[in-house]
Amino acid sequence: MSVITHERFHGSIEPDYVAHGEKPATPPAGAASITLTGLEKSFGGNRVLRGINLHIPAGQFVAVIGKSGCGKSTLLRVLMGLDQPSAGSIRFETGDSGGERPNARIVFQEPRLLPWLSVAENVAVGLGDGIDKRLALAEAAAVLSEVQLVEKAKEWPSRLSGGQRQRVALARALVSKPGVLALDEPLGALDALTRISMQELINRVWRELGFTTVLVTHDVSEAVYLADRVIVLEEGRIALDLDIPQPHPRRHGNPELAELEGRLLGAILGAGR
Amino acid sequence: MSVFETPFARVAAGTRRRKGRALPAFPSGAALLPYLLPVTIVICWQIASSAGFISSRIMPSPADVAVAFWSTTISGQLPHDVLVSAGRAFAGLLVGGAIGFLLGIANGVSKVSEQLTDTTLQMLRTIPHLAMIPLVILWFGIGEESKLFLTSLGVLFPVYLNTYHGVRNVDRDLIEMGRVYGMGSWTLFRKVIFPGALPSIFVGLRYALGIMWLTLIVSESIAASSGIGHMANNAREFMMTDVVVLALVIYAVLGKLADVVARALERRALTWNPIYQK
Repeated sequence: MSVITHERFHGSIEPDYVAHGEKPATPPAGAASITLTGLEKSFGGNRVLRGINLHIPAGQFVAVIGKSGCGKSTLLRVLMGLDQPSAGSIRFETGDSGGERPNARIVFQEPRLLPWLSVAENVAVGLGDGIDKRLALAEAAAVLSEVQLVEKAKEWPSRLSGGQRQRVALARALVSKPGVLALDEPLGALDALTRISMQELINRVWRELGFTTVLVTHDVSEAVYLADRVIVLEEGRIALDLDIPQPHPRRHGNPELAELEGRLLGAILGAGR
Repeated sequence: MSVFETPFARVAAGTRRRKGRALPAFPSGAALLPYLLPVTIVICWQIASSAGFISSRIMPSPADVAVAFWSTTISGQLPHDVLVSAGRAFAGLLVGGAIGFLLGIANGVSKVSEQLTDTTLQMLRTIPHLAMIPLVILWFGIGEESKLFLTSLGVLFPVYLNTYHGVRNVDRDLIEMGRVYGMGSWTLFRKVIFPGALPSIFVGLRYALGIMWLTLIVSESIAASSGIGHMANNAREFMMTDVVVLALVIYAVLGKLADVVARALERRALTWNPIYQK
């Protein structure tokens, strides 16, 4: 597996997660563009990804949707280096360095917190090895306040609710200020109301920090609410690539979004008939 | 408390607070319940002995056992034998436990190591280690080595099996998370694999403690010139049933003590586990 480089935090331990309100016009230096060329992945004789060509500009929020088994989770795993592609290439480009895997982080469907570490220590896992513990915990506390869980910093994960655990997992992904954030159905296991507040949280931190985001989901309204662009996967190929031009933050139940949602649902359900 | 405190520091702070509290209230009925049965048995036993239902040659009365306890303590024989036995027990636990632990970790983590040694260990495990006593006496005589060898051997397998099982059953998703979050092998072991295996390791430890005493009793009764087992065996030759029963009581107390210590360690190391939270 390739080594993920960390952009370490220097200087004061003040949080720099200051709300900007508007999404920055130019993505920050850490955000990476992603280019997939002829990406293939087979398990045995089963071709899960069949030639994916995709360019994601730095700072864009892309949602990948499709029926289960369409290859969307595999796409994310290959993108994150959890599985090796059978053919094709993945190229990351940041402002300063090209090609190298940038600081990329993933949030899984399950929180995957270490139950024997406190919430703050779990978040500090995102900073990697060899960082001073006090500094790491101070940074963890800063990100925890961003996800409104700073008062739980010393709790065990087992004491938290499902939504709180997923917020801790998000904080762990964000603490190293990633250039790319991969979200693998992160809200799939949450109840409807918690899911909406998590969507708002994800949207807010994305607007503040400007990382490139790839969200895999089966929830079309979630994709339409969060993403700049929605990709529909069908049997390992891109069936539809749709831009969502509405400005952020969006409102749930916006009629234009509802119309786009209907089109996407039609594309998913219609394809393969 | 500051954000920087580790959970262990927090646990320590908790115990400090608890110690600082005023004297505990008299134990409630529920706290005394576990002792009801043993106390009743001892009282009935004493009544039966005093009334002459039980001959003192077959079974001494609890009072006789208490007198034997006092006289052997005064003479220094009992403290000496207890110390000798406890020393042997823990030396065996240390040696056998360490070997079992290291093999368990190695075979849990490394496929090559597992292929190389697991089959052999599983075969050796099925031999009742006490069946080796005649051979052990031939090898080591009745010196310390024979007791150390037998207790180590007895302790090794439960610790090995449970450590191995614990490592193999660490949540794969957590290991994947550790890898993708950039943990090196050592950090992965320290932060994910070892703590994940710890509950199972403790099961092995507590099981090993039982085997440790059992092995020691048997090997001291057969081949020893000191220790509680020897004391009991010696007393049998002089028909001193009170000392024989005393030895049994001492074993029960030591066994319970070892289990209490292991449980306390477990509770302290596994505070994160909801089972150990109030």
